[in-house]
Amino acid sequence: MATQTLYETEREELISGSEAIAIACAMADVDVITAYPIRPYDTVMQYVSKLKADGAFDCDFIVAESEHSQFEIVKHASAVGARTFCGSSGVGWFYAFEAITVTAGLRLPVVAMVGNRALDDPGAFGVEHNDAMAVRDLGWMLYWVGTAQEALDTALLAWRVAEDPRVFLPAAISCDGSFLTHSQAIVNVPTQEQVDRFLPQYDRGRLLLHPDNPITVAPQVNEDWLMEIRRQTDDAMRRTSDVIREAYEEFKQVFGRGDDSPFIEEYMTDDADIVLVGMGTLAMPVRVAVRRMREQGKKVGFLRVKFFRPFATEEIQEALSHCKAVGVIDRDYSYGSPSYGGVLFNEVRSALYDLDDRPLVQSFVAGLGGREVLVRDVEEMTQMVQDSIDSGKVKQVNTWIGVRE
Amino acid sequence: MTTMTQAPPQTVQDLPQVRGVKQIPVFEGFTSGHRTCQGCESALVMRLMIKAAGPRTIVVGSTGCMYVANTTYYSTPWVVPWMHTQLGSSGSAATGTAAGLASLMRKGKMQEEPINVIAFCGDGGGVDMGLSAISAALQHDEYNLLILCYDNESYANTDIQVSGSSPWGANSTFSPPGKVHRIMNHRWKKNTAPMLAAGHPDVRYIATACGSYGPDFTNKIRRALTIGGPTFIHSIDPCPKGWDYDPKYSHELGMLAVETGIWVQYEIVDGELILNGPSRAIARGIRPRKPVTEYLQRQGRFAHLTEEDLKFFQEKIDESWEKWWIPGIVPFGPQEEG
Repeated sequence: MATQTLYETEREELISGSEAIAIACAMADVDVITAYPIRPYDTVMQYVSKLKADGAFDCDFIVAESEHSQFEIVKHASAVGARTFCGSSGVGWFYAFEAITVTAGLRLPVVAMVGNRALDDPGAFGVEHNDAMAVRDLGWMLYWVGTAQEALDTALLAWRVAEDPRVFLPAAISCDGSFLTHSQAIVNVPTQEQVDRFLPQYDRGRLLLHPDNPITVAPQVNEDWLMEIRRQTDDAMRRTSDVIREAYEEFKQVFGRGDDSPFIEEYMTDDADIVLVGMGTLAMPVRVAVRRMREQGKKVGFLRVKFFRPFATEEIQEALSHCKAVGVIDRDYSYGSPSYGGVLFNEVRSALYDLDDRPLVQSFVAGLGGREVLVRDVEEMTQMVQDSIDSGKVKQVNTWIGVRE
Repeated sequence: MTTMTQAPPQTVQDLPQVRGVKQIPVFEGFTSGHRTCQGCESALVMRLMIKAAGPRTIVVGSTGCMYVANTTYYSTPWVVPWMHTQLGSSGSAATGTAAGLASLMRKGKMQEEPINVIAFCGDGGGVDMGLSAISAALQHDEYNLLILCYDNESYANTDIQVSGSSPWGANSTFSPPGKVHRIMNHRWKKNTAPMLAAGHPDVRYIATACGSYGPDFTNKIRRALTIGGPTFIHSIDPCPKGWDYDPKYSHELGMLAVETGIWVQYEIVDGELILNGPSRAIARGIRPRKPVTEYLQRQGRFAHLTEEDLKFFQEKIDESWEKWWIPGIVPFGPQEEG
């Protein structure tokens, strides 16, 4: 096959996060892909369509007439046993929301890329996490990618976990708009043989919609059965943790790379008094800032949350249980939420509630609409957390960073 | 350079045309278990549809009566594989199902065989919300699929609300006649099938249909499924609940819709218009159109119409037969010389 000749040998390429995911699509031999243009996610579809045009990738590539149709098409293709991929950004993701909701309800393992973008209006192309976050309660797995390499790796992991019959849930791969979708980095592209070893074919089993298996999918259940079905989805989400762990261990064996945990990444947290928490490409300036502050003798560390759903409660508790204070940096907002804090902040603070000895937790909203988060911003946030430690309590729970007042 | 083109349109099943009621297949794919209203013509449309298509068919149904009233958990009437899709998604559901099958068969991941793909929608799902997705589906000539719009001229599942396919003046829970405004629905019924035919000239088959004419209906479903590529059928379904008449008259009202010239029965096959049954006889002047009152006055939804209203309705129908470029179908024509 043409696909195999392209990926016979492992090699390094200078590519963007979007291109990395497009290559993952080809290597995973995805059957049906649907596209609709919106910046910044749509770069992935430009690469996919080029791969198909050049004969490097055999898939049914459908340019839908709206995001709603885009997500409906893959939903139905998935029901008849096809491996699927689609994606969107910002308000496009919201336009598809009805389809996105039912995909999880139907337990269909669609994999989608979200190129995180601010929700218009007012118009803004840059990254905010509120678009993808909107699925957090619906039964989608939700992952925030930090690098182009991780984008490729996570896409492969996503199909593997989503299509596991113990799971059968859709997965969204969140990539910070521009910073990840458009920025190039060196990516190690695996061989087709490795991918085939890691990723079995999608088998819908007894849920396959086919004349040989004439089932009725998604009838009216009403109050008679809805709670039981919701509970089944909850059980499936609970099972994802073990399936992810298992798949990630195998991933590391097959591809020879990966972190300690698939759920979180810890950076200099071991003896840290202050741990900053964030997601996505925010990790880049924060790591630099942490290194600088360490050089100045400050005991600061960073925890990057990778899987937002499932939320790795125990791992996060463990990682944050030894520090004095936590500063959560949100690239999102949640108007009217507890303490007017960010979404991640409230999730982290909630996860820490059960600890006997809880650290202080402080919320920062930063980098909205793609505004850069600078090293000095991180240092400023850290100082505020230090002030909380010094005074023994958090005086102002949430702070917007770098806002012109 | 490797050439990798889309697979040619899949092969189709052998579904011969029937001559008369006795040749309609015995096979039942839509059986007991549904809880549609007495006299529901759409239930008959479902039954005829799947009889014509046969067991090697996947049916996808968008939200509406034929979802909610049909498929109660544990008592589905569907003998064939059936799946729900969202209200505006019949076009996308058909495309996704057909694309999935095509891709898997082309790549050797699924045994190759022609499987019929039918997505149905009501007038709310098709004529209103799902129009854009249906239009998109009709552009994919690489997939064999049929979209069937069963039109009972209102959102009949949600308490009878007016849709873009409701007739002018019809009483509905969103267009009730009142003390000040007698006519609340001022919109004329959308001319859906011709709109889709004109807008998608590569589509090989678009037809209107009516369950009152069983063999004709069967043959239309079969032609749509065997001609290749995406196809569309728009059927008029009398609805006792929404139209307010005794359920025993459903069949008769379907015929009256055609005989009054309000509904025109035709097929557009590879760009050629073929009028069917009474519509053909009317167009040829072999039989006169019955007055619209014979149809309208049988239905409670038009009970508030005055003589003047009925005259207006008749004039609009007359105009569509006498002034339209193609009577009852194409309302515009070339500019007259001079």
